[in-house]
Amino acid sequence: MLKITNLHATIGTKEILKGINLEVKAGEVHAIMGPNGAGKSTLAGVVAGKEDYETTAGLIALNNEDISEMSPEERAHKGIFLSFQYPVEIPGVTVTNFIKTAINQSRKAQGLEEMSAKDLLQKIKEKAALLEIDRKFLSRSLNEGFSGGEKKRNEIFQLAMLEPKLAILDETDSGLDIDALRIVANGVNKLKSKDNAVIIITHYQRLLDYIVPDFVHVLYDGKIVKSGGKELAHELEAKGYDWIKKEVSSL
Amino acid sequence: MELKKKLVASFMAFENQVDVSTSIHDIRTEAIKMFETKGFPTKKDEAWKYTSLKSLLKHDYSVFPNQETTIDYNAVKPYFLHNIDTYKVVFVDGIYSSFLSETSHDGLDICLLSSALNKPKYKMVIDTYFNQIASKDSLTSLNTAFAKEGVYINIPKGKVVDKPVEIIYFSTRKESALLIQPRNLIVVNENSHIQIIERHQSLTENPVLTNSVTEIFANKRAVVDFYKVQNDHETASLIDNTFVQQKQGSICSVHTFSFGGKLTRNNLQFFQKGEGIDSILKGITIIKGKQHVDHSTLVHHITPNCESHQDYKGIFAERAIGVFNGKVLVNKEAQKTNAYQQNNNIIIDDKATINAKPQLEIFADDVKCSHGCTIGQLDQDALFYMQQRGIPKKEASALLLYAFSNNVLESVKIPEIKKRINKLIAKKLGVAIGFDL
Repeated sequence: MLKITNLHATIGTKEILKGINLEVKAGEVHAIMGPNGAGKSTLAGVVAGKEDYETTAGLIALNNEDISEMSPEERAHKGIFLSFQYPVEIPGVTVTNFIKTAINQSRKAQGLEEMSAKDLLQKIKEKAALLEIDRKFLSRSLNEGFSGGEKKRNEIFQLAMLEPKLAILDETDSGLDIDALRIVANGVNKLKSKDNAVIIITHYQRLLDYIVPDFVHVLYDGKIVKSGGKELAHELEAKGYDWIKKEVSSL
Repeated sequence: MELKKKLVASFMAFENQVDVSTSIHDIRTEAIKMFETKGFPTKKDEAWKYTSLKSLLKHDYSVFPNQETTIDYNAVKPYFLHNIDTYKVVFVDGIYSSFLSETSHDGLDICLLSSALNKPKYKMVIDTYFNQIASKDSLTSLNTAFAKEGVYINIPKGKVVDKPVEIIYFSTRKESALLIQPRNLIVVNENSHIQIIERHQSLTENPVLTNSVTEIFANKRAVVDFYKVQNDHETASLIDNTFVQQKQGSICSVHTFSFGGKLTRNNLQFFQKGEGIDSILKGITIIKGKQHVDHSTLVHHITPNCESHQDYKGIFAERAIGVFNGKVLVNKEAQKTNAYQQNNNIIIDDKATINAKPQLEIFADDVKCSHGCTIGQLDQDALFYMQQRGIPKKEASALLLYAFSNNVLESVKIPEIKKRINKLIAKKLGVAIGFDL
């Protein structure tokens, strides 16, 4: 589904990604872990098309189509979803109106008619229930005055509404208490299928207890320096990152 | 002839043709002297530092209105709130249009200033209110000197006016540039409520300069809601001078929607004379091209325990110029004042300009006064967030701008106005919004 080959990216003059290779197949869950400043959020931003980053080399392909020159909205229309580490507040636009606009713009790009109000409401009702979201929440301005946990839950609610092919969860677990973490993880697990894929970016093992990854990658200094199964996450949790840093520097 | 000279010279001829009581004559004479002494304001005047009238004063304006021009209702229907029932006071080139109007004397007066100035039965009201709060600056004085026609509204005690009043000034002059100077007097007595919508609309390509003066008196516990819709032709300019005096417990709001016109200057002044008063000043400005909109506000807190709320939002594209000059003056006696002022601006293009100058002069020591002024660009993080959810950049920008300006509409009490302004904002921002925010 997603194939990243030798990806280099800079912000300003600083090179953040220094040759990333990653392949994610449909039906898989990948976790990307690593110390602060390793380039995890940059990788998420580059895949989603954030303009602050410049891709200096490499390829990003989604279902064998190069998407590295596409605008963020085109990538979204192709099925990429990024759950933001810091979701943006948009005063004056309600959650419902925002999601309605997002769905209909995507449908428009695919040559489909707008979703009927009835279908939309039905879908909202269903997905809100899945994430245990109160109806009142949906008529509030997007993320405005939301607690950290509400913002993250709202991200996953949008994920559920938009049903992307590839979901990238950028530190979705930060700011969540244990109940919210369970609800969010449960939501993601229910949305998982053999046709979509998930990339989880996290510092901690915690979320991976609920959403079990097929692969775990360690990102350090702009490169994936180690890959393994879910047991690698446990090892990192127990031993920290220092041993990986040592391994890398000894090479 | 230079416009100032022409106006001063025309004054005598004007005085000879209006038949008014001597007290008005004295007011006019004093006013023309004031104008003659001060002349038109220039950028050297502090209050006009960022707004120049120079380009407007070069035209050879026709200063006396013609005979009544008739216009077809269907041609101007869009300018009316035709979906709801309203009182209407309509003028064409400064002359009252009985055909387009719907006035009333049924337990209240919604009619013409010319009648009020001339008929003895209105003398007491005129003597009490006319020109009492209008400032003595040169443009207001110029209007006072030539004050002849406009709207006269007098609502007796304890009356909730059954429908909004629409005031529309059309200009149609084909032959020459036109100067019109409407004069409105609005008196709302104790416990009465009224909603008013005012609009100046040019229907000609010729330059039109409107120098309008409105005096509003909100007596005890009166509720006055005034909406100014400024979406005029790009050859039309407006200098709007509105003065509001409030008595104890009254609530008065003025919403100004500035979406078009060559140059628009809003001088809006509130005077609080009583306790428990609330003054609300709100504005949305969305302009582009070389348009210029200036909001110069004054809220004068004279008495204790009152509030004022100012909230102005501006969006400036291309080479448009905005000015916000908001002054809050709190007298020593005005303890427990709660004054709030907010002015937020978004600059879309590099060549657009906003000059913002909040001024607070506070002489009382137990007050709450807050002000905030921002000038910025569209939030890039918010744009990326919306694009990531599949909303194209153009739509995302428009939606952000729409949401930015839209919260000013929360306090609009007439749903039809809210709907209209919503649509106008969406149109100005070039976006088809599929929902009401």
